[in-house]
Amino acid sequence: MAITEQDVQASEDAPSVNYLNNGYGLKSWLLTKDHKRIAVLYIISISIFFALGGLFASLVRFELMTPEGDLMSSDTYNKVFSMHGIIMVFFFLVPSIPATIGNFLVPIMVGAKDLAFPRVNLLSWYVYVVAGILGTIAVVGGGVDTGWTFYTPYSSTYSNSNVILAAMAAFMAGFSSILTGLNFVVTIHTMRAPGMTWFRLPLFVWSHYATSLIMLLGTPVIAITLVLLMLERGFGFGFFDPNLGGDPVLFQHLFWFYSHPAVYIMILPSMGVMSEMVASVARKRVFGYEFVAFSSVAIAILGFLVWGHHMFVSSQSTYAGMVFSIITFLVAVPSAIKTFNWTATLYKGSIVYDTAMFYVYGYLGLFLVGGLTGLFLSSMGLDIHLHDTYFVVAHFHYIMVGGQVMGYLGGMHFWWPKITGKMFPDIWGRVSALLVFLGFNLTFFPQFILGYMGMPRRYHVYPDEFQVLNVASSMGASILALGYLVPGAYLTWSIFKGPKAPDNPWGAKGLEWETTSPPPTFNFEETPVVTEEAYQYGPIEEH
Amino acid sequence: MADHALHHDHPHGLAHQFEDMPQQKESAVIGMWSFLITEILFFGGFFATYLIYRSYYPEAFFEGSSHLDIPLGAFNTVVLIVSSLTMAMAVHKSHEGNKRGILVYLTLTGILGLTFLVVKYFEYSAKIEYGLVPGLVWHPHGENSPQLALFYSLYFGMTGMHALHMIIGIGLLIWVFVKTAQGTYTAEYNAPVEIFGLYWHFVDIVWIFLFPLLYLLGTQGGGH
Repeated sequence: MAITEQDVQASEDAPSVNYLNNGYGLKSWLLTKDHKRIAVLYIISISIFFALGGLFASLVRFELMTPEGDLMSSDTYNKVFSMHGIIMVFFFLVPSIPATIGNFLVPIMVGAKDLAFPRVNLLSWYVYVVAGILGTIAVVGGGVDTGWTFYTPYSSTYSNSNVILAAMAAFMAGFSSILTGLNFVVTIHTMRAPGMTWFRLPLFVWSHYATSLIMLLGTPVIAITLVLLMLERGFGFGFFDPNLGGDPVLFQHLFWFYSHPAVYIMILPSMGVMSEMVASVARKRVFGYEFVAFSSVAIAILGFLVWGHHMFVSSQSTYAGMVFSIITFLVAVPSAIKTFNWTATLYKGSIVYDTAMFYVYGYLGLFLVGGLTGLFLSSMGLDIHLHDTYFVVAHFHYIMVGGQVMGYLGGMHFWWPKITGKMFPDIWGRVSALLVFLGFNLTFFPQFILGYMGMPRRYHVYPDEFQVLNVASSMGASILALGYLVPGAYLTWSIFKGPKAPDNPWGAKGLEWETTSPPPTFNFEETPVVTEEAYQYGPIEEH
Repeated sequence: MADHALHHDHPHGLAHQFEDMPQQKESAVIGMWSFLITEILFFGGFFATYLIYRSYYPEAFFEGSSHLDIPLGAFNTVVLIVSSLTMAMAVHKSHEGNKRGILVYLTLTGILGLTFLVVKYFEYSAKIEYGLVPGLVWHPHGENSPQLALFYSLYFGMTGMHALHMIIGIGLLIWVFVKTAQGTYTAEYNAPVEIFGLYWHFVDIVWIFLFPLLYLLGTQGGGH
């Protein structure tokens, strides 16, 4: 406790002491309990996995340049797309925004000194790192060829790869996200600053609350599913083996009970980022604040009732399918509320065309296409045609990459001055947003057409007439890769050479902009008192 | 406490991120309840699997259940219920700041928890002896249903996961015991005892569901 007291004293005496410069040793980072430093640790680690997953994606796109399977064997291709999926879903997308930007901002936005359980927060990072190492060993030691879904019997009876190791890694990554979600739920319930009522919370916090609910309620189910799978592989228990009376389809039910809600873990946080950025660039209160807030919770709840739409063709009864189909259509309602409300916020706003605005526009376009094509797939009849085709691949990439990654990059730009205390060159931010938007559409829009024409996912040999669209997709992927590399370059440059950031470079509202850039160790010099609603943007002052 | 007297603005046991003791305690309790909700869903996966196969293969489940030792299971049920009582007493004593009381009741709780595990060990040994462990030693004698292995997979999966939670619980119990012996907990600061109590009760309740589903089922199906 003595150290803590000294830290408080130091930050009061010299305001220039912030969370980044109050200790430089490796130990001061690896044993930190500061949520902001843990967020930085997470940013570094998920970037490594994003690069690794991206490498596997590039291999897939290289292979698909030609109709023949000439770059790699079928077995290798199976492993490459499986590792792309497993790494991107469990080690990048799920922790992407919550563990980084969320970890950094949730305590500051509610006006707290830290998360409720700082040690648990650090533990979650260590669990994530161990999971990542296990996952890497599984990759290096021969890979996994089940697809990211680990479907039985690919992963049980007929498995010939490192399923147990990869499942263990996914299990532990899940445990890390449970710890993050638990910390958020408790922090949002008990640590709000005086005057920070539930309906004064920034929408970013609401969307993280909804995300945390899914992490708490869904992740344990994937954990038990993977435990059952490991027992089956390791000991020969027959939970999913028809020879012993087990049912492989049960695995799909249990898997999607988590993994469908998990899709919303991979979109809700970016919706929170969007709400903050839209309000800031339009200089207006988010239109229909309560509706946007509750639509996050509605998505979280409905997300638990739709898992059967992944199984329309897995011998599920037609009536069950109809119920799942109808509830899936209902998810479109809260999603549309958000999209309409962001658009309404922009209407008659005093729009600033900076990097954040470019990401907002990009996100709105991509999420719109991703969301609407989801309705195609939730129609039972049409899904029989589109099931397991590139249409599905394109759809979920529009949501997860067009949504979450776009939100992650946009959010990283928006809060970069707060996190690092440095400004990045805005023109480059706009260029990168454009590159991502164009590259993304060129990569994935052709896949809708390919899927509709009947090209199945997970095959690396295809008929000649699909080649033009596949080459277009691979070309788009290289532009997309450039769109990710460019921000990596100028953001890193800005850490060393960028101009110093003011406390509130965008003139935005929110507690995080009232503290210094970067914030002191305990976030605020003294506990803030909140006296107004979120997003109270006044008239613009003439300069 | 000496610490308490020295820092009026910083009560003993208050972590830096909290404003005051009630906020810290509320956070700890909500945190543990949230964790227990995740545990309910974790075991829920097992229970869902159980219910599905139980409805597919009632004969195999009745037969498998009739091979389980009801007296030992019943004994263990009583042991765990009593351990919940002693745990509740330990929490009660912690509210009074009664260090000796906490230590006595934690000791009793620990002994009962170990008793449960010892009985479980003998039950598992018997099953191994009779060749009733699917995948490892599986050579059941006499008439048996084709899906008997599924019942025993669930039996070992569910009771094994429960036993793992008991072992973790005893580890936590030792930690709380040591902290109590060092005089960490007072009438004002006792949240760790309380939330450990929540965990212990949860693990007990899981067993209350496991016992009838696994042991008593065989008496319903006409038995063998």
